[in-house]
Amino acid sequence: MADVALQSGTISVAEQVDRAKVLQRLRLGDAAFRHLTRAAAITVLIILGGIIVSLVHGSWPALHSFGFSFLFDETWNPVTEKFGAIAPIYGTVVTSLIAMLIAVPVGLFIALFLTELCPMWLRRPIGIAIELLAGIPSIIYGIWGLFVFAPFLQQYVQPFLISAFGNVPVLSNLFAGPPYGIGILTAGLILAIMVLPFITSISRDVFEAVPPVLKEAAYGLGCTTWEVARYVVLPFTRVGVIGGVMLGLGRALGETMAVTFVIGNAHRISGSILAPGTTISATIANEFTEAVGDLYTSSLIALGLILFVITFVVLACARLMLMRLNARLGK
Amino acid sequence: MTMTAQANPSQTNTPLYRSRQRRNVITMTLAYAATAFGLIWLALILGVLFYEGFSGLSLAVFTEMTPPPGSAGGLLNPIMGSLVMTVIAVAIGTPLGMLAGTYMAEYGRYDKLSSVVRFINDILLSAPSIVIGLFVYEIMVAQMGHFSGWAGAVSLAVIVVPVVVRTTEDMLTLVPDTLREAAASIGLPRSLMIVKVAYRAARAGMITGVLLAVARISGETAPLLFTALNNQFWSTDLNAPVSSLPVVIFQFALSPYKDWQSLAWTGALIITLTVLTLSIIARALASQRKSS
Repeated sequence: MADVALQSGTISVAEQVDRAKVLQRLRLGDAAFRHLTRAAAITVLIILGGIIVSLVHGSWPALHSFGFSFLFDETWNPVTEKFGAIAPIYGTVVTSLIAMLIAVPVGLFIALFLTELCPMWLRRPIGIAIELLAGIPSIIYGIWGLFVFAPFLQQYVQPFLISAFGNVPVLSNLFAGPPYGIGILTAGLILAIMVLPFITSISRDVFEAVPPVLKEAAYGLGCTTWEVARYVVLPFTRVGVIGGVMLGLGRALGETMAVTFVIGNAHRISGSILAPGTTISATIANEFTEAVGDLYTSSLIALGLILFVITFVVLACARLMLMRLNARLGK
Repeated sequence: MTMTAQANPSQTNTPLYRSRQRRNVITMTLAYAATAFGLIWLALILGVLFYEGFSGLSLAVFTEMTPPPGSAGGLLNPIMGSLVMTVIAVAIGTPLGMLAGTYMAEYGRYDKLSSVVRFINDILLSAPSIVIGLFVYEIMVAQMGHFSGWAGAVSLAVIVVPVVVRTTEDMLTLVPDTLREAAASIGLPRSLMIVKVAYRAARAGMITGVLLAVARISGETAPLLFTALNNQFWSTDLNAPVSSLPVVIFQFALSPYKDWQSLAWTGALIITLTVLTLSIIARALASQRKSS
C-alpha cells in the first residue's frame, strides 16, 4: 500500500480516482488500527474490572450469610458450613512479616554492596545471579522447602530455638511446641528467600539513580562509605526503596505455591510461630477443588477477594511511591 | 574508606574518628555477609535441584505417561499439556498485549487513558496468580460446568498480557522520534509507520518481552489448579481437564510415594532449565540491542 502512495509520479484522471480510493483505504486502515489498539488498551482495564466483579459475584453467598463476622471468625468447618477468614488472614500477614523482617535488611545490604563496594567486573555476574534467583518459579522453592529446608529446620534449628528461648518470657511463647519442621516460621523463611531478589534488584536500581555528584561531594567531605549510604543515598532514594519493599510485600502476600508446601494447612491461630498454620492462598490452593457445596466454594472465593483487595492496596501504594521517585528524578 | 584513611594523622586518633571507622567496618562487613548469604541460597537450591533432578532424568521421562503409584513412568502427558496451554496462552496474550502497548506508546503516550492503563497494568503484573485462577474459574469453569484445558490456557494468557504490554510500551518508547518523522515525511500513514518502522526498530525488545512472559507462565501452578485441573492420561481434548507440569509436580511432591517424588524433582528440573534458558536468551537479545 505504501508503495502505491509513494510511486505515483505523473497523475492522469484515472490515476487520480485511484489515488483517492487508495488514500481513502489508507485512512480507513489507519483509523481501524488506531481503534484496535485503543480497544486492546481498554481490555486491560476490563480484565481488572472482570476480576473484581467475578470475585464479588462468587463470594456473594458467603458474604451474605456471614456478613462482617466472616472477617473476624476463626471457625473453618466444612461439615457445619461455618466459615471465618481470620486464621488465613493472620497466617498471610505473619508469614509476610517474617519474610520482610529478613529480606529487607539483607536486600538493602546486598544492594549497597553492589552499588558501592563490589569491584566493577563482579557487578554484572552477581547482579545476574540475583535476577536468576528471582526467575525461579515458586513451585521450585516449595518443593525444595518441603524436602530439604523443612527437615533441616526440624532437626537442627527449631530444637535449638525451643531450648534457647524456653526461659525467656515472651519468646518462649513465640517458639513453643514440638519442632514440626513445617509451619509459619518455615513458610516465612522460604518467602524471605523468594522476595530477596525483588527487593535487591529494585533497591540496586534506585541506588544507582543517585546522581554521582552528591556521593562524590560527601566522600570529598571525608564521609565513610557507610555514612554516604546512610545519610546521602538512603534519604535521596527513600521513596523508591519503600516502593520496592512494598512491591516485595505484595509478592509475599499473594505467593501460593512456595507457602502451600510448607505451611501445614491448619486452620487455627497459634501463638507459636513454629506451629502449622495456613495462609489465604494456601487455603484456596489446598481446598478449592475439593470444596463441596456452594457456601464452601463461595467462602474460598471470598478469601480470594480479601487477598486481592489487600495486595491491590499494597501494590498501588508501591507504584505511587516509585512514580514519585521517578518524577523527582525528572524521568 | 580510602579517603578517610588519607586524612591528617593527628586527626585519625580521636575517639570520634575511631568510632566512625569501626561503624564503617562493621556495616561493610554486613554488606559482604548479606551478599554471600543471598548467593548461598541460590547455590543450595540449584545444587539440590540438579542433583535430585538429574538422578531421575532418563529418556522414559519424555516418552512415557505419568505412572500410577509404585510403578515407573514418565512425564509425557504433563509436558505436552504444558506446551499446548503455553502456546495458546501466548497466541492469545501476545497480540492483545502488543496492541495495548502500541496504543500507550504511539497514540496516547500522554493521555489519561494511557496513564490509567499503565497503572492498572503494573498492578496486574504482580497480582497474585491464584486470584487470576479464581477469576477464570468464575468466568469459564463455573459457566461451562467442567474444568478444561481452554480455561487453563486463558488463565495463563491473563498473566501474559501485562508482561507483554509493559515491554512493548517500554521498547516502543525507546524508538527515536526521528525515525517516525522520517516515515511521516515520505507520506506513510501512521499505522504503516508503526508496523513497518517502529515495530521493526523495537523487534528485539518485543521478542524479549514474549520470552519473559513464556518464562513466567511455564512455572505457574496456582492458576492451573482449578482451571485445567489435572489428567492422569494422555488427552488432546482441550475441553477436558489437561495435565500440566507444575500441577503434576505439586501432586507428586506431596504424595508419599518415592517414585512420584523423584518424578516431581525431575519435572522441577525441566521447568527450571526451561526458565533459565529463556531468561538467558532474553538477556542476550536485550544486550545485543544495546550494543548495536
